Amino acid sequence: MKARKKFLIGSGIIVATLLALAYVGYTQSKTYYHTISELPTLQGSTLHQRMRVSGNVRAGSISHRDGRVNFVLEEQGKDLSVSYIGNDPLPDTFKDGAQALVEGRLMPEGGFVAEQVQAKCASKYEASPIGAPVASDKNLNKS
Amino acid sequence: MDIFGSFALLLAFLATVYAFVAGIVGIVTRRTLLTKSARNAGMAVFGLITLAVASLEYFFFTDDFSLAYVAAHSNHALPLYYKFSALWAGQEGSLLWWSWLLSIYVFLALFLNRKKHPELMPYVGVILAGVQTFFLVLNNFVASPFHVLASADSAGVMHMARLSEGSGLNPLLQYPEMVIHPPMLYLGYTGFTIPFAFALAALLGRYPGEKWIHITRRWTMVAWCFQGIGVLLGAHWAYAVLGWGGYWAWDPVENAALLPWITGTAFLHSVMMQEKRGMMKVWNVWLVFVTFMLCILGTSLTRTGIVSSVHAFAESSIGGWFFGFLGIVFVVCLTAWYKNRDYLRSDNQLDSLVSRESSFLFNNLILLAACFAVLWGTLFPVLSEWVTGSKISVGPPFFNKVNVPIALFLLFLTGVGPLLAWRKTSVDALQRNFAWPLVGGLIAGAVGFAFGFRSFYPLVCLILSVFVTLTIFSEFYRGARVIASRDGTNLLTAVGELTMRNTRRYGGYVVHFAMVLIFVGIAGSAFNQDIQKELKVGQSMTIGPYTILCQNFDQPSTDNYTSERATLEVFRNGHSQMMLYPERRLFLASQVTETIVANESTPVHDLYVVYAGRSPDTNLPVIHAYLNPLVKWIWFGGIVMVLGTCLAMIPDRRPAIVLRTAAERPWSDAIARSAGGSPAASPVTSSTVRRPGSPD
Repeated sequence: MKARKKFLIGSGIIVATLLALAYVGYTQSKTYYHTISELPTLQGSTLHQRMRVSGNVRAGSISHRDGRVNFVLEEQGKDLSVSYIGNDPLPDTFKDGAQALVEGRLMPEGGFVAEQVQAKCASKYEASPIGAPVASDKNLNKS
Repeated sequence: MDIFGSFALLLAFLATVYAFVAGIVGIVTRRTLLTKSARNAGMAVFGLITLAVASLEYFFFTDDFSLAYVAAHSNHALPLYYKFSALWAGQEGSLLWWSWLLSIYVFLALFLNRKKHPELMPYVGVILAGVQTFFLVLNNFVASPFHVLASADSAGVMHMARLSEGSGLNPLLQYPEMVIHPPMLYLGYTGFTIPFAFALAALLGRYPGEKWIHITRRWTMVAWCFQGIGVLLGAHWAYAVLGWGGYWAWDPVENAALLPWITGTAFLHSVMMQEKRGMMKVWNVWLVFVTFMLCILGTSLTRTGIVSSVHAFAESSIGGWFFGFLGIVFVVCLTAWYKNRDYLRSDNQLDSLVSRESSFLFNNLILLAACFAVLWGTLFPVLSEWVTGSKISVGPPFFNKVNVPIALFLLFLTGVGPLLAWRKTSVDALQRNFAWPLVGGLIAGAVGFAFGFRSFYPLVCLILSVFVTLTIFSEFYRGARVIASRDGTNLLTAVGELTMRNTRRYGGYVVHFAMVLIFVGIAGSAFNQDIQKELKVGQSMTIGPYTILCQNFDQPSTDNYTSERATLEVFRNGHSQMMLYPERRLFLASQVTETIVANESTPVHDLYVVYAGRSPDTNLPVIHAYLNPLVKWIWFGGIVMVLGTCLAMIPDRRPAIVLRTAAERPWSDAIARSAGGSPAASPVTSSTVRRPGSPD
């Protein structure tokens, strides 16, 4: 029984340490997801949080200037202009129309400064709606 | 052919439903004939799904783009082996592939045990059929890969259509490892179904003793090993293809594959407690239940995109099915456990804190903590949205903060655990077993510290790695020395003999050593360097001991892609070492760009060079170079892990040396001496010759 007690105490210490570490890691890396339409409604401290915003890259909006990459994300008719300041090259999948997830902070004047950009090429990976006949006339050949 | 395939799939569904229902009726009514017929139906499922898979492959190989799935994932120009692997490039095919691999396991489990365990196997068959039914429902009715393309004419009538060309396989998947990585991972995911089925069957049938553990030991190791290979191959693919200089990003899909591997590891260890001491029965049953559920969860995370992932697979409506199935599995497990919990009563108590038992308990505690942390971090966006309404994600700092200390503690246990005695270890034994390895580890640490190895975790990892390696080698050495002196053989022969006598134990040590190698490789990442620079022809950049000189830029192109490529000459100490050709390709058909990494890998470090595109300001090519120490150790560790696991699965050889009479001694001595020239052959000869004389 004594060994059991010791084991429980040992486990308690380990679990407590891990919880503390988990909490520190959590506060360091927690990132809020927001939609573009939510951004104007944010107030107070929530404005300065690290956040992730996703949307589609507006065609033709990508421009390179002073080592930054600027582009506009669109989602449900709302826009967000983003400035990417990270050092890593942008992912290969990042281009006009791609679905992008940017991580960074809101600027006081309304733009978004992104430190990371992830992109997925929407057209390529996504399976067609399940069960539905897939192709429309447009992409059929005459064979 | 599409009719053929979907019909085979439908028959497979009917057969597995029959196996499930008839199996239950057979158990309830105790009719052996019915049970037998259910089993045969369960085995037939394998043949039927094989037909479906073969017919889908036929579409791929004949470039028949009348199926939506084939048109979406293949094209004429695709090389043959990628046409084969395109089968699992998308949702529908992956699920079919899952089903098929499961059916292989089911077939083997039912076939190999057809004459054994008559009380247990009917239950096993029913459970396996239940799992198979779920996947065949998906294959047939939710995500069938046999949907044909059709278009409506002006009158609104649908006509079958056939595309002349498919849209091709994603170039990121056009990499040799992508042919084997998904099968390996899926063999892991599906493989855990077998121990799950046996555990649940033993519980439901109240099957006496620990027999289900003995039966499933090898099955679990197979699944565990495949899962490990799958995870490592995935990491290697990410490293070699994605061009970001790393191999692990704590991405949800990576985590999903890691989770069952962690609980599987815990299970492989804690079953020993039950075998040897009759403890942890409830725990083991739940571990295997949880492992199976994590496999299902992992598959669903990969396939449903519920947590956003850079892997960017389809978001689809299939999630509901998976969570429904998980719910059913959980309820079944819970009920089975609750009704039979008296059957799982423990025989023994923990005797001492310094014992094998307690090292296993800590091992399990810590593995479960790791599993929980990874699961929590992965699902955090979903959970926080449910609870607080705002979606919050956690990044690598969270995972690393928790998992690095856990990993190091595990490494410590890897060294200590196997050398502790069951029940209680004396101080004497502790000194005998650990004094030298500990001293060795500390010396290595001191040397490392003297050479400027100052960060805490890597230093601890170094000390522990040396410590664990020494304990493992001393185990082999001490065991082999006894055999060598008794048989008069040389030490190397004795090591072979020792290993073959208890393959489980010594194979386990080899796997532990593999983990040390992997840990060393991961610890190397603490010293990663990288540099990114715009280079004109004739300019150079320096990283670590290397100077990279830009010789040329060109734009080689083929029918398939256009490309930009740098020709770089690498110097070390003023001497030319090698040429590297990092490249970036734009695939014309899919308009997808792909980075071709130039990686010069040595056991010391990888020089990993990426052509990062052109600078937005100057339009000059940007070269990103990484110097990643010790990465190769991880892949090498993976190979050792496979070898160790295979070793542990070989049946023990048990020559009864201890019982030999003194009269026989000169005999084997003579043989050992004559065989001394070829140490590899001698254990075989000596044991076969010895056998006639030995008392067994």
